[in-house]
Amino acid sequence: MRLEWADKLRTQQELERLQAKYIGTGHPDTTSWEWKTNINRDTYSSIVGHPALLSYIALASNEPVTKVRAEMIRKMIQPAGPPPAREEDMIMGGQQS
Amino acid sequence: MATTSNMFLYSLTIQPPTTISQALLGQFSGTKEQQIITASGSRLTLLQPDPRQGKVNTILSQDVFGIIRAIASFRLAGSHKDYIILATDSGRIAIIEYLPKTNRFNRIHLETFGKSGVRRVVPGQYLAADPKGRACLIASLEKNKLVYVLNRNAQAELTISSPLEAHKPGVLVLSLVALDVGYANPVFAALELDYTEADQDPTGQAGQEPEAQLVYYELDLGLNHVVRKWSDAVDPTSSLLFQVPGGSDGPSGVLVCGEENVTYRHSNQEAFRVPIPRRRGPTEDPQRKRTIVSGVMHKLKGSAGAFFFLLQTEDGDLFKVTLDMVEDDNGNPTGEVKRLKIKYFDTIPIATSLCILKSGFLFVASEFGNHSLYQFEKLGDDDEELEFSSEEFPTDSRAAYNPVYFQPRPLENLTLVESIDSMNPQIDCKVANLTGEDAPQIYSVCGNGARSSFRMLKHGLEVSEIVASELPGTPAAVWTTKLTKYDEYDAYIVLSFTNATLVLSIGETVEEVSDSGFLTTVPTLAVQQLGEEGLIQVHPKGIRHIVQGRVNEWPAPQHRSIVAAATNENQVVIALSSGEIVYFEMDADGSLAEYDEKKEMSGTVTSLSLGRVPEGLRRSSFLAVGCDDCTVRILSLDPESTLEMKSIQALTAAPASLSIMSMEDSFGGTTLYLHIGLHSGVYLRTVLDEVTGELTDTRQKFLGPKPTKLFQVSVQGRPCVLALNSRPWLGYTDPITKGFVMTPLSYVDLEYGWNFSSEQCLEGMVGIHANFLRIFTIEKLGDNMIQKSIPLTYTPKRLVKHPEQPYFYTIEADNNTLPPELRAQLLAQSNTNGDAAILPPEEFGYPKARNRWASCISIVDPVSDEPSVLNRVDLDNNEAAVSAAVVSFASQDGESFLIVGTGKDMILSPRQFSEGYIHVYRFHDDGRDLEFIHKTKIEEPPMALIPFQGRLLAGIGKTLRIYDLGLKQLLRKAQAEIAPQLIVSLQTQGNRIVVGDVQQGITYAVYKPESNKLLAWADDTINRWTTCTAMVDYESVAGGDKFGNVWILRAPERASQESDEPGSEIQLVHAKSYLHGAPNRTALMAHFYTQDLPTSITKTNLVVGGQDVLLWSGIQGTVGVLIPFVSREDVDFFQSLESHMRAEDPPLAGRDHLIYRGYYVPVKGVIDGDLCERFALLANDKKQMIAGELDRSVREIERKISDIRTRSAF
Repeated sequence: MRLEWADKLRTQQELERLQAKYIGTGHPDTTSWEWKTNINRDTYSSIVGHPALLSYIALASNEPVTKVRAEMIRKMIQPAGPPPAREEDMIMGGQQS
Repeated sequence: MATTSNMFLYSLTIQPPTTISQALLGQFSGTKEQQIITASGSRLTLLQPDPRQGKVNTILSQDVFGIIRAIASFRLAGSHKDYIILATDSGRIAIIEYLPKTNRFNRIHLETFGKSGVRRVVPGQYLAADPKGRACLIASLEKNKLVYVLNRNAQAELTISSPLEAHKPGVLVLSLVALDVGYANPVFAALELDYTEADQDPTGQAGQEPEAQLVYYELDLGLNHVVRKWSDAVDPTSSLLFQVPGGSDGPSGVLVCGEENVTYRHSNQEAFRVPIPRRRGPTEDPQRKRTIVSGVMHKLKGSAGAFFFLLQTEDGDLFKVTLDMVEDDNGNPTGEVKRLKIKYFDTIPIATSLCILKSGFLFVASEFGNHSLYQFEKLGDDDEELEFSSEEFPTDSRAAYNPVYFQPRPLENLTLVESIDSMNPQIDCKVANLTGEDAPQIYSVCGNGARSSFRMLKHGLEVSEIVASELPGTPAAVWTTKLTKYDEYDAYIVLSFTNATLVLSIGETVEEVSDSGFLTTVPTLAVQQLGEEGLIQVHPKGIRHIVQGRVNEWPAPQHRSIVAAATNENQVVIALSSGEIVYFEMDADGSLAEYDEKKEMSGTVTSLSLGRVPEGLRRSSFLAVGCDDCTVRILSLDPESTLEMKSIQALTAAPASLSIMSMEDSFGGTTLYLHIGLHSGVYLRTVLDEVTGELTDTRQKFLGPKPTKLFQVSVQGRPCVLALNSRPWLGYTDPITKGFVMTPLSYVDLEYGWNFSSEQCLEGMVGIHANFLRIFTIEKLGDNMIQKSIPLTYTPKRLVKHPEQPYFYTIEADNNTLPPELRAQLLAQSNTNGDAAILPPEEFGYPKARNRWASCISIVDPVSDEPSVLNRVDLDNNEAAVSAAVVSFASQDGESFLIVGTGKDMILSPRQFSEGYIHVYRFHDDGRDLEFIHKTKIEEPPMALIPFQGRLLAGIGKTLRIYDLGLKQLLRKAQAEIAPQLIVSLQTQGNRIVVGDVQQGITYAVYKPESNKLLAWADDTINRWTTCTAMVDYESVAGGDKFGNVWILRAPERASQESDEPGSEIQLVHAKSYLHGAPNRTALMAHFYTQDLPTSITKTNLVVGGQDVLLWSGIQGTVGVLIPFVSREDVDFFQSLESHMRAEDPPLAGRDHLIYRGYYVPVKGVIDGDLCERFALLANDKKQMIAGELDRSVREIERKISDIRTRSAF
């Protein structure tokens, strides 16, 4: 029993270390909002990081690349809306998302 | 290899990307000369501005096979040379130096810090180097920042430390610069957004109003660690930082640029804030706020505090920003800031980078469109412009203030010196042969807004004509000659007619010379300046040797005439009609001595060549003889073995012309070549061994249908071969790659050519075209694509060609732009006073208006003498064109119509619109004019239109629909929901339709005429964000996607057959859907990451007699081809060469080549020709090694590499 507990703890610690190092590493309780937010942030950062894709978007929207880049980064703050209300409020409005 | 594909392609770039994502100024050669390093896509290019000529020359360009994300330069204290730091997608930091001696980039350091690829938390997005060259910071978009300490060791070599971390989770970086702190500890300033709070706040409040922070990171050189030294909230709209000079030059700190403000910030200074002036004008929205999008800081020589900024807004307006400092009693600046000032400077195209050169030039790397070089006329110091000072404005970003205005005006402080062609962004591209030349041209639409253009791209060298004068008859040949060995310039032009010779003198005016000593009653075969002061004229009946007016005539033997001659400074060889060869050499006393023996050849001699006398020697030791029995023989001219045969080569046709000349080679030396022009039009180049006279390594190219004539000429001091066929060609050694290239000249066809040198024209050529004598020069080698550009009105979206006539139709649309009717309305309203001068939109852009569209259709005539836009049809009603096609309707007896799809009130993201339309236009005046017939309202803007069996096939959202032309509108004939998201491209052959979806890749559909049904029967296995497609054959389709991949998909054979069987619709309708898709899946045949975003792909051929290739165009201006391999042997060879190249010439920035080309999907069936072509640039020992491994000679490998390119591409 004791050994299993230690294993579990080690796995847990390893996961936490990964989560700290690589943002977006999932865990068993990843919520839909967390996942969406993370994927959206990845997408925006990828657009910003690939010059051709960024100019493609800038060209279509007829805005300077620099401006589109800043806009994309700003969108990373809250790409999938605000987080769902915490557990105590969940009973009332949790089903919405 | 595991990937056994039965389709293999060779990928080549025929025009590298012309975008510049960043440009840096520095002394990269280690001399005082300033140079510019640019990053364009995956290419690193070194430019040399030439202040005397006002030009920018490319010195070196290298593909690093990785996405260059940021570059920075630094200089170690006490050094004169700037090093370059590269931040790419390799997960490594690379430090590069330029070696001027070998003209190469050399990697000094390569340190791995993270995963490869462009990722959110892997550093590489931002890069900043300390101005004193002591450290650099490389940061990711989120969280991670690494500081490397740069130093030098005892051997004065550059060292780099292990990285110091300055990570903070939950933080996004908007901008990063190094602070100028003199010799204090290096400090980096970052503009950061923190999202941790937004992630915790369910009310969404924190996410709505994120706070921007200016954060200083200090590297403590003593303790060797990085601390977050200072941070303060700044205007939340801020997005850009600029370094302010520090140390002894200024107050240090940064300029923070946000929406309508520029604020000076520093940890120990007060904030100073100026607003960005808004444009005044009748069509300008007075409420619109500007932001700074780029800028540059420049320090002037001399006094402290003498520096200024040029900051550019999204309109392209440059503002000069200066800082005033508090002065002490002696009038010296104290380092305390007093005020910030801003004033309008000039308006130039929007730049990604601005570089101010010491020589008074401004290099503008444009975000879109041509780059430019400007010269400073003045610095806007004492002009009438209003200056706004921070004293009049609050420092708090939330406080109210009165906006300020300025009046834009034409350039006053700058003058445009050179506009450098750039195809970025390239939006669509077509290949067609409209000029009737033997090779087709590439037509593409590029640019954005009012600076967009239609471009014609032609393979060829630009020629500038100096003289074209008419002659009394049609000469057969022309020569130029000096009078003595010591003359600098040519004195005579000698023209040979069928029965006469004309000698002209070169001078102020060209006049006939009567006392030249030349025999003018006969045609001439050769002219040569011989020995010190002699002249030689070879004519059919003899050789005339003229020395100081005295004439010696050597008559040809009785009943025989001279048919061919070759001469050089010391030797003369003639061939007689009897097939004998007579050799003369100049004696010590200057007279011609005949060699006793004549050599008899087996056939009639058609051509001879001697080659020039090598430096320091008395004679050229080889004579090449071409005979009509399809052979070339090499004879020795050494005194011991005169006229002995050294070697012989059989040819496919009789040689028409020969030329022995030595040229630069890729080994770093020169090689002697024998150039052969055949009667069949083929040109051959063979290596002539300087010792044995053996002929090896033959390369060939078909130049045209006529016999190829060859002449040795000189361009930029390099010996080149001028080859004349149905058009003139120039063979030369590329100045950068050192590879031999044969490029057509963009000039009239010539009958004969020769070198020409005079006082006015140092290095030219003279040629005969019909009865015209033409003198011309070639100024630039290396750039072998000629561009012609026609301005368009708005950002082009698509390009279609008239089915028969040489006209193109472009659809153009600009978002957020005031349409012309509203512009006119506003102008009419304000026209009460006279100040409403309309500024040209090419320089000032169109006035903006939120959610308005300006759109038009242009008719372009690219091939007339003055290529231009013939006509323009403006769209009104806030409609914008999104797609176009030319369709010939069977119901109208096959008459062709231009069909244009539009959208009304479109909002791009998230996709919104109110209506869609399909417009129909009739061609008038052979397509030079359009008549609007009617428009049909549909539910969505149609993103794809093509002709289909005499009707129109339209992709409308997810729906595929067939329309016929009716009197009042288009008539719906058949429809089906085919694509999962949005149809963006359509291709068709027979009843088959290939549908490209914006996200979900390709779907194969079939039209069943019996039951009038459209049915999908195969689709894709993975998501492909398709941008363009082209059918390669009936089963396969090639395409490109938004992430920069090019791929080929093939439909399963059985399903393909079944889909076409008559009556199979019942099967298809009831077929079981496979994994929520169509019943069958396509197979991937080839996949390749190109880095650039493909915008069009076509199957075409590019050279005469060449095979079909896939040509794709990229948004950054790239034009690339995929050449199919014919034999498995070649595939094996190139595959192993490619793997050796990966090992021996690893990419400069440390990206693994195989992983780079397989960025999203593992590379399949494509060999990277750009990597293989770098073989020529390897060191000789590496070449030998690879050649050994491949069991071939180095020359053989180089020949194979050049063959595969020349056979199907430029």
